[in-house]
Amino acid sequence: MALEVGSGLTIGLILGTVIVVAAMLIWVERRLLSFWQERLGPNRVGPFGLLQVVADMIKIFTKEDWVPPFADRVSFIIAPAIIMTVILLSFAVIPFAPNIGIIESNIGVLFILAMASLGAYSVMLGGLSSDNKYALLGSLRAAAQMVSYEVFMGISLLGVVALSGSFNLRTIVEAQEGMWFVVPQFVGFVIFLIAGVAESHRLPFDIPEAEQEICAGYHTEYSGMKFGMFFVGEYLGLVLVSSLITVLFFGGWMGPGFLPPVVWFAVKSGVFIAFFILLRAAIPRPRYDQLMTYGWLFLLPLSLINLLVTGAVILSN
Amino acid sequence: MYSLIKDTLLSQVVTLWGVFKKLFVKADTVEYPDQQPYMFPRWRGRIILSRDPDGEERCVACNLCAVACPVDCIALQKGEMEDGRWYPEFFRINFSRCIMCGFCEEACPTNAIQLTPDFEMAEYVRQDMVWEKEDLLISGCGKYHDYNFYRVAGKQISGKDKGEALNEAKPVNVRSLMP
Repeated sequence: MALEVGSGLTIGLILGTVIVVAAMLIWVERRLLSFWQERLGPNRVGPFGLLQVVADMIKIFTKEDWVPPFADRVSFIIAPAIIMTVILLSFAVIPFAPNIGIIESNIGVLFILAMASLGAYSVMLGGLSSDNKYALLGSLRAAAQMVSYEVFMGISLLGVVALSGSFNLRTIVEAQEGMWFVVPQFVGFVIFLIAGVAESHRLPFDIPEAEQEICAGYHTEYSGMKFGMFFVGEYLGLVLVSSLITVLFFGGWMGPGFLPPVVWFAVKSGVFIAFFILLRAAIPRPRYDQLMTYGWLFLLPLSLINLLVTGAVILSN
Repeated sequence: MYSLIKDTLLSQVVTLWGVFKKLFVKADTVEYPDQQPYMFPRWRGRIILSRDPDGEERCVACNLCAVACPVDCIALQKGEMEDGRWYPEFFRINFSRCIMCGFCEEACPTNAIQLTPDFEMAEYVRQDMVWEKEDLLISGCGKYHDYNFYRVAGKQISGKDKGEALNEAKPVNVRSLMP
């Protein structure tokens, strides 16, 4: 079997790498956060604390996997599975390198947006089925936040789609041969970055699971590996948003020839993952109504103006 | 509009940059078991019982430390040697109660009980936190190298009569002071 798009070897490699990277991010995030807070972070288990992930996994697998008796059993159990499935499915359309990817799809962008919308079901079901007021509040917030930020997440991408003339992510990368789309679409990039943070509900937009206000939000009642799936799902979302930014705005696998394309992809995505962790270290969480006002009254008009201007420029050329 | 951008966007960017610069700042952490912290000589840690320069126990079982102790963690029993010296038959400190306040050291008239900079006193069994005299007694003098209570005190023991201690005046016969 060769390393080509859609072969079994490639699919296995991508699935394995993505899950391992998401698990390793638990350690990477704790380590980076601690450097930014003038601490050292976990450095006890193994070299540089690398085996911390193994220790965490052993812990999370051996914890009691408890379903509260008052919870709605079926939806309580499928909720964490949804978020993992949906985000792993999104990786299917991402072109990692010219010869690495899972499927060629000419609706790649739409597919990812659709999967992101389905992810909202996971947090909603998880919060509602828990029958806990904190979980309910968390899922209410999550639903509103994800639905509203999806709107201009989509609109901010339309500029890129208009410039490249395709919904196919591979075509979009190839269209950035001369110039990365971050230059003509800088506003779109910033909006997509902000919407991506909100979509993967990470700090500073982790309002659905704000510990200081509502315990852990929608996963208050979860424990053991079900919690672990929400946890790894969040990191998978982080990896997904970072690789999307790389693909859509920073030329995907393209880069000077001294490194193989897939390494360039990994480096660019890694920079954005580190940036998201820096956001978490630096920026405090806004109030819930501030988040909504900011989204609808500022980012939505801005993304529409960006789309209009992009369209006008393309037409005048 | 300008102030809006300045307050919302610019301040966030400044914050991000400020936090990012911390990457190149040395961490404050002291990696404790590998890297021992400097302990100040007067740190109030593990309690010891010291000996005088002749190698005898300094403690005279006066019970002042037990009285001074705010959490009542010191227990002792007075005994008397053949030469008239007092000594503790047992001396017991319950370190699970001790708050390392140092009042016992302040109260001690013979400099016997002293606090040291050692703080590593964790145990797995609670009963192991109770230290007996043989655990507490050290072979040296602690912080005071040349102090010997019986050499300076007026207390009479065999081999040292009244008035024979260091800097002690001869006893006065009060009946001879009559005018």
